[in-house]
Amino acid sequence: MSENSLAIRKFSDLANPTRFLALAARVLPWLAVLTVLFFAVGLWLSFTTEGDYQQGETVRIMYVHVPAAWLSMMCYTVMAISALGTLVWRHPLADVSAKAAAPIGASFTFLALVTGSLWGKPMWGTWWVWDARLTSVFVLFLMYLGLIALNRAMEDPARSARVSAVLVLVGFVNIPIIKFSVEWWNTLHQPASVMRLGGPTIDPEFLWPLMVMAIAFTLLFFSLHIAAMRNEIWRRRVTSLRRQAARNAGRESLAP
Amino acid sequence: MMSHAAYVLSSYAVAVATVAGLVLWVVGDGRARQRELKALEAAGIRRRSVEATGGEST
Amino acid sequence: MIALFFRDLKLSVRAGGGAMIGVLFFMTIVAVIPFGVGPDLNLLARIGPAILWIGALLASLLGLDRLFQAEREDGSLDLLLMQETPLLLTVFVKCAAHWAATGLPLVVASPFLGLFMNMNELAIGATMLTLLAGTPAITFIGAVGAAVAVALPRGGLLVSILVLPLAVPVLIFGVSAVYAAIQDPAPFLPPFMILVAITLFFAVIGPVAAAAALRHSAD
Repeated sequence: MSENSLAIRKFSDLANPTRFLALAARVLPWLAVLTVLFFAVGLWLSFTTEGDYQQGETVRIMYVHVPAAWLSMMCYTVMAISALGTLVWRHPLADVSAKAAAPIGASFTFLALVTGSLWGKPMWGTWWVWDARLTSVFVLFLMYLGLIALNRAMEDPARSARVSAVLVLVGFVNIPIIKFSVEWWNTLHQPASVMRLGGPTIDPEFLWPLMVMAIAFTLLFFSLHIAAMRNEIWRRRVTSLRRQAARNAGRESLAP
Repeated sequence: MMSHAAYVLSSYAVAVATVAGLVLWVVGDGRARQRELKALEAAGIRRRSVEATGGEST
Repeated sequence: MIALFFRDLKLSVRAGGGAMIGVLFFMTIVAVIPFGVGPDLNLLARIGPAILWIGALLASLLGLDRLFQAEREDGSLDLLLMQETPLLLTVFVKCAAHWAATGLPLVVASPFLGLFMNMNELAIGATMLTLLAGTPAITFIGAVGAAVAVALPRGGLLVSILVLPLAVPVLIFGVSAVYAAIQDPAPFLPPFMILVAITLFFAVIGPVAAAAALRHSAD
């Protein structure tokens, strides 16, 4: 408990799960409403703006694809920060945060991959291109799945959190190397035949819906993340209460 | 160019399905955990310390 | 430390250790590929370096889960944790021993398998050199996976799943260095130097992370 009390002194507000639950209960409805609002505006914008003369209607896929890809990276960053929190500051909520973020990040990475593929079919004429960006996102997806599998495989939440935090950090250090190597590999094998998407000259026409959708997705991520963290805290509470109940029952049966 | 509408629609459908799946999973998980907590509380099992420690199992 | 090195080496070479099994697995993979792609010698010569590299990658993953598990089972892991010498150094030495027992045989076996693949002498030499430079990196990355999964009863497959995405850069630069050596216009040194840099980088990161994971999974 001394560890905990130290942490409470350091992060007086967030370190305490009970207080986090109270805060989450207060913040979540607002976040949810904001998310829905932004999504409504974003969707309206993304269906009313004109199609690109080059990409046609498919530019609308970008309004989902780009935010999802952005989230897939942001979520890993959140996990890496949480991993640091677990290992360095021993923040009691950091491991909860990392564990809750993994499935969400994996889902958004999956979404980015699928929408990218759906964009690639009409634009490139094929579902999948071994393009540098796609490939590194795919490797990121594999890393998410591996982390989820590791989290599932371990019984003790505290230990699994610390161990997977190490892995998250190693992966985080590795991501730039993977990105760099995949780009190298790509230039080696495919002389830039693939059309680059986006680029610096985005018409403001497309920028608006993109921005709104990106904000909407980010808000969605944070609401889901906070809710998932809350679930995880509840889950641990249930486990500890059950253990306590079992202990009590054992004691009563021993007593005459 | 209208033939691409199918791709646009299906990508939005995948997005909606993924997000809906996530939301349903999170909400459903939360409901289930809360039900378990209520059931345990009804059984008279309370946390040893409802005060400030809160550091269960971590 | 040297005693630990030789102890680990002896253990893995002797009874049922991964050393011979690894080489056998490597040979089997390489021998099976032609049945899949057909006996076209030109094609095999072209994809030979890639096949050897993938085979070596998979084979060196094979024995990784045993890296710390045997110590955990007989309790000597706790002794290693409590030792005076820093755990970092211990992990590094264990990795080196593991590489000498499983990685080095792969490097030695690769020329013979290269002959099966109808590769010329230059390609065989380049493959051997890049394997020599690259397989330590796989061992060091794998040590992180092995340390993470040490607490799990059946961690073997999980280690491979966790380690393979991280080993992608090693594979890319290893294979591209070989191809750079074979095909004239591309220079051999840049990818090879990057491969060496990756190996050195993981020689630092791997033991640090593995030691942290071991320490955290112990208490």
